[in-house]
Amino acid sequence: MSALVPLPVLLPILGAGASLALSSYPRVQRWLSLLVLVAVVAVAAVLLVQADQEGPQTVWIGGWPETLGIVLVADRLAALMLLVSAVVTLAVLAYSVAQGMTEDEEGAPISVYHPTFLVLVAGVANAFLAGDLFNLFVSFEMLLFASYVLLTLGGTATRLRAGTIYVLVNLLSSTLFLISLAVVYAATGTLTLAHLAVRLEELPDHVSLLVQLLLLTTFGIKAAVFPLSFWLPDSYPTAPAPVTAVFAGLLTKVGVYAILRVQTLLFPGSPLTDLLLWAALLTLLVGILGAVAQSDIKRMLSFTLVSHIGYLVMGIALASRLGTAGTTFYVVHHITIQTALFLVLGLVERRAGSTALMRIGGLARIAPLLAVLFFVPAMNLAGIPPFSGFIGKVGLFQAAQADDGWLAWTLVGAGALTSLLTLYAVAKTWAVAFWRTPREAHEALAAIGGDGEPIPGHDTGLVHEHRGHVHTPSGVVSKQDIEEARRLGDDDTPDRDFHTLIEAGEDTKDSPLGMLLPAGLLVALSVVLTLVAGPLYAYGDRAAVDLHDRRPYLTSVLGEDLR
Amino acid sequence: MEVNLTLVVITAGLMGCGVYLLLERSLSRVLVGLVMIGNAVSLAFLVAGGPAGRAPIVEDGVTTGISDPLPQAMVLTAIVITLATTAFVLAMAYRSWQLNGHDDVQDDVEDATVRRLALRDATSDAYQATTSDYPGDDSSGDAGQAPEDDPVVALHDERGTT
Repeated sequence: MSALVPLPVLLPILGAGASLALSSYPRVQRWLSLLVLVAVVAVAAVLLVQADQEGPQTVWIGGWPETLGIVLVADRLAALMLLVSAVVTLAVLAYSVAQGMTEDEEGAPISVYHPTFLVLVAGVANAFLAGDLFNLFVSFEMLLFASYVLLTLGGTATRLRAGTIYVLVNLLSSTLFLISLAVVYAATGTLTLAHLAVRLEELPDHVSLLVQLLLLTTFGIKAAVFPLSFWLPDSYPTAPAPVTAVFAGLLTKVGVYAILRVQTLLFPGSPLTDLLLWAALLTLLVGILGAVAQSDIKRMLSFTLVSHIGYLVMGIALASRLGTAGTTFYVVHHITIQTALFLVLGLVERRAGSTALMRIGGLARIAPLLAVLFFVPAMNLAGIPPFSGFIGKVGLFQAAQADDGWLAWTLVGAGALTSLLTLYAVAKTWAVAFWRTPREAHEALAAIGGDGEPIPGHDTGLVHEHRGHVHTPSGVVSKQDIEEARRLGDDDTPDRDFHTLIEAGEDTKDSPLGMLLPAGLLVALSVVLTLVAGPLYAYGDRAAVDLHDRRPYLTSVLGEDLR
Repeated sequence: MEVNLTLVVITAGLMGCGVYLLLERSLSRVLVGLVMIGNAVSLAFLVAGGPAGRAPIVEDGVTTGISDPLPQAMVLTAIVITLATTAFVLAMAYRSWQLNGHDDVQDDVEDATVRRLALRDATSDAYQATTSDYPGDDSSGDAGQAPEDDPVVALHDERGTT
């Protein structure tokens, strides 16, 4: 039954073609995309069961003699990633379909959206299944090109600015990938991962170290590992909510998956533990400090995304069964949680007209459901027990403790600190955006020279000016700074804050059920992950054993004699 | 492995010029840089493929002395991808020119804001007021300069002299 293996790639690709041809029938297009993704979820689920029970599923594409053609492999890790990504993309697509039916995004040709989204899904699936480095490169290009289009949808000035940085950084990393492919081919004469696993061991140490560093740098850019992460918080927040959600959930994790695969399969003898642990440490700390400094929820979440990549790299760096199992569990948790948060944030932005913390407030009373939907994954992200974020972090800390080096112990400390700072960042967001009243938010904004008039006859005494500075309950701000911030501010930001919108009676944008449902289901799924953490962790452990053993993968691709 | 030195030198030259252009502000120059780097990488693949031989077509079962076809197939794929890249970046440069009248790569707005705010904060009266041991004591805030002065200018002056 390994004939199922190519389907997660083929179905979306064919769907994308059909979807493009059907672009004058938007209704058919929508149902087609949904249908394709439901099928991909089903296929991925079957593959997961098969990979778990029968070992890695392998297919040689195109009928070439074996070991010559292109190979797709679905082992435990790949099948799990495939299933999670399929579920998440299905939720995002359902969300964006509902969004597209209720409001036409300004200038965004919806007919382009569906085919591009499906190509993105195919690229992600292909990256997980790829059994050779060149196929991995091609799948990166597939998903990157789709992401270029999605990120610059509509071609507005802000998206174009953010898109330029994103596109250039990724083009550079693709070039680096190609260079490393040339080096690998020159050194070994093959690009098939299974062959490489055998042949790289025969190379001189310095050559294989060069290859390893080239590949790690390439994937480090994709995965946003510090110091290769600066492109991410600049580019993600400007895209439409569902696009940001799927990028945040999946694209960086494809990079992490590639690092994990390469480290375990190709370079088991050279784990580079110290280097990767340092990278993980800096990613954790720099990322979360960035998140604390942000005043926009989208940017704050983008920085926590970067920061939490550090946890994943930490597990990989330890190069032990415990570490890999922890990373596998954490990656599943993080994909779900990050996507759910960005989807909910899209609803917040729709409801309150902005995601800038200065402009919104009081959502807890006006939209209690949204408040709950934000609160649960936010606490989960920070790692509050008993959520899956807590379990994942404990697993990784245990792995570090088993390693017992001083750097590993430092990472335990840094990980705990990051978890606390994440809690601080999301709690601040919660308190400001959901807890204070819109009126308070408006007064604070008006008093510090923002838009709108102060409300006459209403002086809470909370906000006052003193010597060119404005004192609000949340801090002291210089007037000059406010003016400068406003002058530099994005043109896309609406001029009116939440309170003005309510006063003008324009707060009519209820969250439609079609958008609430996928976001809610994803949040529910993240809670379910907590409930099934035992079996899931056991699965991750089995995947880790396979990865470090290597034999299941190699024999499944090359046959018993490993040739 | 036998290496063709000419190819290596050309690869290095193209790569160097490409990187130089990549550091420019204008998107169209960056694009030319990317294309040059792309061509350099294609040549690198030819180097990786070993010495050139006959066309890789098996005639009468003779397989010796032919070029390695695999790198050529990869280069072909890479060229196609570079083509798509060129088209997309050109479209972005054109759109940028439509919107802004130039195609320069722009700084990130939020980054610039956060950076300036932090700089001003560190030199401002409010910072000293909030970090003072005596919250009610306003005099500590006056130790630096009056808040009405531009603290950024003051900071730059300070740095210039030290």
